[in-house]
Amino acid sequence: MITAERKPLEELIEYVRPFKRILLVGCNECVTVCSAGGRKEVGLLASGLKMALMQSGRNIEIREHTLERQCDPEYIDELVSMIDGVDAVMSMACGCGVQEISRRFKDRPVFPAVNTKFMGASERQGVWAERCQGCGNCLLGVTGGICPIARCSKRLMNGPCGGSVAGKCEISQDVDCVWQLIWDRFKELGLEENYLNIIPAKDWRSATGGGPRKIIREDLAA
Amino acid sequence: MKTESRLEKVLASGNLAVTSECGPPRGCQPDKVREKGKYLEGIVDAVNVTDNQTAMVRMSSLAASAILKQEGLNPLFQMVTRDRNRLAMQADIIGAYSLGIDTMLCLSGDHTQFGDHPMAANVHDIDSIQLIQMVKTMRDEGKFQGGAELKGAPKMFIGAAANPFADPFELRVLRLAKKVAAGADFIQTQCIFNVDKFEKWMEGVRARGLHKQCYILAGITPMKSVGAARYMKNKVPGMDVPQELVDRMGSVPKEKQPEEGISICVETIERLKKVEGVAGFHIMAIDWEEKVEEIVERAGLLPRPQM
Repeated sequence: MITAERKPLEELIEYVRPFKRILLVGCNECVTVCSAGGRKEVGLLASGLKMALMQSGRNIEIREHTLERQCDPEYIDELVSMIDGVDAVMSMACGCGVQEISRRFKDRPVFPAVNTKFMGASERQGVWAERCQGCGNCLLGVTGGICPIARCSKRLMNGPCGGSVAGKCEISQDVDCVWQLIWDRFKELGLEENYLNIIPAKDWRSATGGGPRKIIREDLAA
Repeated sequence: MKTESRLEKVLASGNLAVTSECGPPRGCQPDKVREKGKYLEGIVDAVNVTDNQTAMVRMSSLAASAILKQEGLNPLFQMVTRDRNRLAMQADIIGAYSLGIDTMLCLSGDHTQFGDHPMAANVHDIDSIQLIQMVKTMRDEGKFQGGAELKGAPKMFIGAAANPFADPFELRVLRLAKKVAAGADFIQTQCIFNVDKFEKWMEGVRARGLHKQCYILAGITPMKSVGAARYMKNKVPGMDVPQELVDRMGSVPKEKQPEEGISICVETIERLKKVEGVAGFHIMAIDWEEKVEEIVERAGLLPRPQM
């Protein structure tokens, strides 16, 4: 999923301070799962903003709504009936959702309420970790199903650097050395010799090197 | 012979090679480079010129290498993949060779987190093994990494690093094998304090015949004080300093510690000379270049062979 974290309240207050009425929009997908911008967080943020502004003598009306999915125009349409009289929109979705709202409502300012972080998985309750950088040409088939692009601090594709100690990355005890994980996996699968294959320099055009990316499925595109 | 590199000639002649290191200054101080170079003139076969070592901005490795070259030394141009993409790297390799620099070392580089610009983007367009491949392709096939032909190939003697002391230990020989397969002609190792572990690594290296496919220069670092020994033992990832060496440094009075550090260094070289497959020594006397001559002299490695 796409992970996100709520921005500090102080930053959000500054965004909405000039306005009398805002629409606060959550998303029922990834940001709900990582507890950053679902229905519950929309409610908490709305009260937080109202209380903080009230303390400085200002009243703000906040309409709350959580969409099934903010990165899809057909769900965004639901907001049409709520946008009248609203001065600005604050989105609690990832950056994709924020931009869908700004694309749909050209005459309203839109502000992000969360910082979109990474594509990751839940390691345990309340902990998410990066797993994929969307490089566009998946290497997992040759790296034991564990990604060195996303999970090596130096993006090394051919083995651990000299800073791998006791399974941990040199940058932090909280970061596993991904090449230790890959090696352990190779051993478990009896694929040790796979390590000797050199992964050649990557063609980054499939990642961000080729400019903004798009998928066009001729069979589905209208 | 693949190149005109003096280091290659010394190694090919069967002599034990000696290299050392010059960290460029953090500012426009070309004289500092010359001053450090002076200590090493006639003492070593090549001088490593570090590339933003420990992720701190310094005079570029290319510029400092050029200055040393002007002074008559043989610079060993270090290049890390952290700070620039393959276009910039290839441009600098061509530039370096055009200035008479014919020996280089391919590294991934310390993470930016350890340096003075932790906010900088890490580039890592390619990794150190892919950098070795790239230099080899430029040299042997006269082609850029992108496939186009280049006019005037850089005949670089290609080096790489190896750390026998990092984990997983069982992967360390295979990692060397990969670097050799990519095209590394010589290897400089991490500083060796734990000689037993290094010998064990070398057993694995010999079992795969890697010592016959590349020249292995054993990394040596003199410790200035017991504090430095403790720091390297506890704070530097991938560094293996046995407690007995820390204790030995601590057993002599403070003013005698530098001398003790040099003695340990010389003893280590003597022991490593007996290890089959060790082709020379890389002496990293960080900000202590003036001591390299004494170490090389006491280790019986002077005079350097004339090539």
